[in-house]
Amino acid sequence: MLVDDELIDYLEELSSLLLSKDEKQRLSADLSNILDLFAKIDELDTENVTGRSHPFDNVNALREDEVQASFERELILENAPENDGEMIIAPMAVS
Amino acid sequence: MFDMSALELSQAIKEKKFSVTEVVGGYLDKIEKNSDKFNAFISTCRQEAMSKAIIVQGEIDSGQLTSPLAGVPVGLKDNISTKGVATTCASNMLSGYKPVFDATIVEKLEQAGMIVIGKLNMDEFAMGASSETSFYGAVRNPWDTTRTAGGSSGGSAAAVAAGEVPLTIGSDTGGSIRQPCAFCSVTGIKPTYGSVSRYGLVAFASSLDQMGPVGRDARDCAALLSIISGPDARDSTCIAQKPFEFDAKIPDSVEGLRIGLPSNYFRQGIAPGVKEAVLAAADEYSRLGAQIEEFEMPLVDYMTSVYYIISCAEASSNLAKFDGLKYGYRSEKAASLAEVYRMSRSEGFGLEVKRRIMLGSFVLSSGHFEAFYKKALKARAIISDTYEELFKRFDMLLTPVAPTTAYKIGSNIDDPVKMYIGDIYTVSVNLAGLPAVALPCGFDGDGMPIGFQLVGKAFDDMKLLHAAQVFQKHTDHHTKPALTETEPALGVGREVLP
Repeated sequence: MLVDDELIDYLEELSSLLLSKDEKQRLSADLSNILDLFAKIDELDTENVTGRSHPFDNVNALREDEVQASFERELILENAPENDGEMIIAPMAVS
Repeated sequence: MFDMSALELSQAIKEKKFSVTEVVGGYLDKIEKNSDKFNAFISTCRQEAMSKAIIVQGEIDSGQLTSPLAGVPVGLKDNISTKGVATTCASNMLSGYKPVFDATIVEKLEQAGMIVIGKLNMDEFAMGASSETSFYGAVRNPWDTTRTAGGSSGGSAAAVAAGEVPLTIGSDTGGSIRQPCAFCSVTGIKPTYGSVSRYGLVAFASSLDQMGPVGRDARDCAALLSIISGPDARDSTCIAQKPFEFDAKIPDSVEGLRIGLPSNYFRQGIAPGVKEAVLAAADEYSRLGAQIEEFEMPLVDYMTSVYYIISCAEASSNLAKFDGLKYGYRSEKAASLAEVYRMSRSEGFGLEVKRRIMLGSFVLSSGHFEAFYKKALKARAIISDTYEELFKRFDMLLTPVAPTTAYKIGSNIDDPVKMYIGDIYTVSVNLAGLPAVALPCGFDGDGMPIGFQLVGKAFDDMKLLHAAQVFQKHTDHHTKPALTETEPALGVGREVLP
């Protein structure tokens, strides 16, 4: 399958990535070979088959609501690259 | 103590031949001594482990702790969340991240008196088959340090093979426990999907991921599986009714067991040494009274494609949460919110992870969703049904784990298709959610280990480990990796390590 610059740019955007020129070049060759491998399933007859997204038919697990302690805020904030002691700081989204 | 199995070690602790601190400290010393050789661990937690060792000793002495593995050190693949202890997934993206909770299996290990001594190296976010994509450098195979340990749980297998820890936990999404076990001559099981809670396992592909034990033999793995399995209210996909039961009696027979052998797995694309050793394992079962019957495995040509379409789709969705804001790596160059997302992810993720996220984005994108993702889900249903039919004829299947033995570090890393095709014998097991145990069965002409796998029906995990124990009772392939202090180097009749 042909993987051109336009497709790489589109996938980069969808994946929320910013690739270097080298990476783009390398990935476009790799993706082309891998998508050829993926396309092999086209040969399979799947007419009237229902897809399965999970190994087993799970029944939803329900339980009564219970009051439980949540995670400690201080610990969560310690992991955030930027915080003000109460909240996680992100760059302004709307100017 | 380094020669003992995990079960023997726990017994020796209970009989006061060793203290828990001696055992834990001894293994930690060994890891530190070996760290440059194998790079199996990303981090160790000496302080926490030694404190826990004292507590566990007290509980063993007071008779509170009776688990068959009480006092035994254990290593965890670094995609398993440990409260307050760095969990990196071998990625720069999670540098500095310390989970605020323990995975369910960590709680279960602690309740059984096992002591976590460190976090194991792996392919970045478990994406890879050679543990070379790790941000912390490749894991080296203890049998030949110029070769890979397999992956993605390369650290979990190499650490056991090198005698750095008696037992480890790995995760298996498409063969990531079994293939490194085969490459390093140790035993491991990918349990039935839903038998071990995934709560706290950093998700790669949620419908395929499953954690399981890696150890020196099937008996240790059975004991550990009984500890980590069972239902969990925090994982709705954990469908186990109760934990698997460990049978303390050593099994001695496979008489009448119906084992299927897929002839087409041995016809092409398999290294001659691997073929010979795996077929010899089938002969051994036959000698022990099992009925071996050959059959043709359908759909082999499609399994890798189906697996990679589904796993990449799930990965691209699961890894969308890494945004550089809440935890882990954040780009210092980013100014706007959009730049924080895109630049942090681009600087944080390695190339293989980016490749799989982009492949996932492709198969889920409009215009390709039907032809790739939906078609793969249908193919998955056909593969599951095929296994169901096979298990009407057979109790289990015996197959190779990988087409080759461990290859040289760097030899396959630039050829993703070649790397992906190496998963041909393992991926369908995950697609169908089945259990499979991998165990050693010999060595090739270069002295590199070979493994085979037994694949069973859902929740027949202990039956597989039973059959594996019988094999190991009558063979000695698995006893070779048990290293001792005086015998640090492995290798079959040749110099491997400096």
